[in-house]
Amino acid sequence: MNEAAYNATELMIINAARLLQDGDQVFVGVGIPNLACNLARRTHAPHLQMIYEAGVIGAQPERLPLSIGDPTLVSGALAVCSMFDIFSFYLQRGNIDVGFLGGAQIDQFGNINATVIGDYFHPKVRLPGSGGSMEIAAWANRCYIITPHQKRRFPARVDFHTSIGFLKGGDSRAKTGVRGAGPQAVVTNLCILKPNEQGELILAALHPGCTFEEVQANTGWQLKQAPHVEVTPAPTPEELRILREELDPQRIYI
Amino acid sequence: MSKLVNLNEAIQSYVHDGDTIYAAGFTHLIPFAAVHEIIRQGRKDLTLARATPDLIYDLMVAAGCARKVIFSYSGNPGVGSLKWLREGIQNGTLEWEEYSHFGMISRLQAGASGLPFMPMRQTGAVDLERVNPQYRRVKDPYGGDDVIVVPALNPDVAIVHVQRADSEGNAHIWGILGEQREAAFAAKHVILTAEEIVDESVIRSDPNRTLIPAMIVDAVCHVPYCAHPSYTQGYYDRDNEFYLKWEEISKDEANIKAYLDEWVFGVRDRAEYWQKLGAETHSRLHVGQRLSAPVNYGSFANE
Repeated sequence: MNEAAYNATELMIINAARLLQDGDQVFVGVGIPNLACNLARRTHAPHLQMIYEAGVIGAQPERLPLSIGDPTLVSGALAVCSMFDIFSFYLQRGNIDVGFLGGAQIDQFGNINATVIGDYFHPKVRLPGSGGSMEIAAWANRCYIITPHQKRRFPARVDFHTSIGFLKGGDSRAKTGVRGAGPQAVVTNLCILKPNEQGELILAALHPGCTFEEVQANTGWQLKQAPHVEVTPAPTPEELRILREELDPQRIYI
Repeated sequence: MSKLVNLNEAIQSYVHDGDTIYAAGFTHLIPFAAVHEIIRQGRKDLTLARATPDLIYDLMVAAGCARKVIFSYSGNPGVGSLKWLREGIQNGTLEWEEYSHFGMISRLQAGASGLPFMPMRQTGAVDLERVNPQYRRVKDPYGGDDVIVVPALNPDVAIVHVQRADSEGNAHIWGILGEQREAAFAAKHVILTAEEIVDESVIRSDPNRTLIPAMIVDAVCHVPYCAHPSYTQGYYDRDNEFYLKWEEISKDEANIKAYLDEWVFGVRDRAEYWQKLGAETHSRLHVGQRLSAPVNYGSFANE
């Protein structure tokens, strides 16, 4: 990777932004997902709509929000509703196209643990828990996971299913009756993983300069590769300019 | 009939040792002043329910007020973790009951609607059902898939902060609405804190904005800046610096005790707390104006 040209966070944001489509209704989180959505809106997806679990629809934040309930999300938004409404009318009813997820552990089938390391009742490390992710993972039409690529974050099995990807693979997700299609891509600083027909995450694309060996060394299971592993186009000067000059000029996240 | 009382009287009357309390507000309108008063009055064995325990419950756990927490996301949003709450759970000194956000607010929705439980669609994430037996499954009587149900939550007292209310407790709220209304209707008693106390005619000028009616309110307290370091839309900004500093403030016994001594026990009330924050913080949290377009409700007086 050419470290001088862009850093790992910029690479993840730009690649996440490229996965978003014009007109997507996106359930956004703060930080990287927020930047990815704003970048997509300023490039190829001007009609992407940002929706926050705090109950804000069509936010146009004037500054980078630190929290998911920042007042800048409200001023100038299209609508504000209660949390019950956002989770029932918008998410459970099936009106959300894209959800972003993250967590301490992501496994071979895209299941996520954001709850606990070790035994639930005698935790080694207690993590924040589900928040909205349990329902987002189940009911958004498609989900994306953005995370740095480290071995401890990619175990073969998670300690706790905070939210599900493809469970044990095969038809095990479909059998639960959840409406969403599940995780469609995991964007890391090394590569993009995508589920195969069995719901197993496999290497779909490498970022410029990254190798399969490097990805495998940071993954807790025997990683399979797509028949044609692609190389993601390097971040363009324009993408980097928008990110650095317009979206995060104080470099809070990037 | 006016229900205006001082905040300390309201806490004295409606918050008792062993109660379940719900200090409402999703990031917005979190009633920190009320919780500082509960700590000053030394309440014990409380069950603290909130979707996001936030700094407000971390402080209560550190101050020794809590027996149990009921929550759905126990982090410092956008920053990190809540040390006292996390360690209480890890050490087994704090009881807890955990939901997803939707599970938590569905409990309030059931409580607020006078229903025994609320159904939700399945999510496939059965681990939380396994560890929290309050999650149950019910057969859809109309022949569809089983639904997940959670029981009604009816806190002993809800504390709800609002922009403006009349002296009886009819309250206008705008900005992020979180679970303010659900918590108020679900609770047995409601303490309302307000940035401004206004005449009933102001409330009547915009009835669509009245999310909490006087009939469910027990006490109305005039507490400007009640929500700091959280915020009140249109009144003052969220103190993100404080949220970032929480890691340090709550780092250990000595630091949190120093904070409690200075900012909770060391001040009489919120007015003194706000003065103590000083001019620099006041100006940092100042928000400019962005007014909505007025609406015409129509006049139907005989002319």
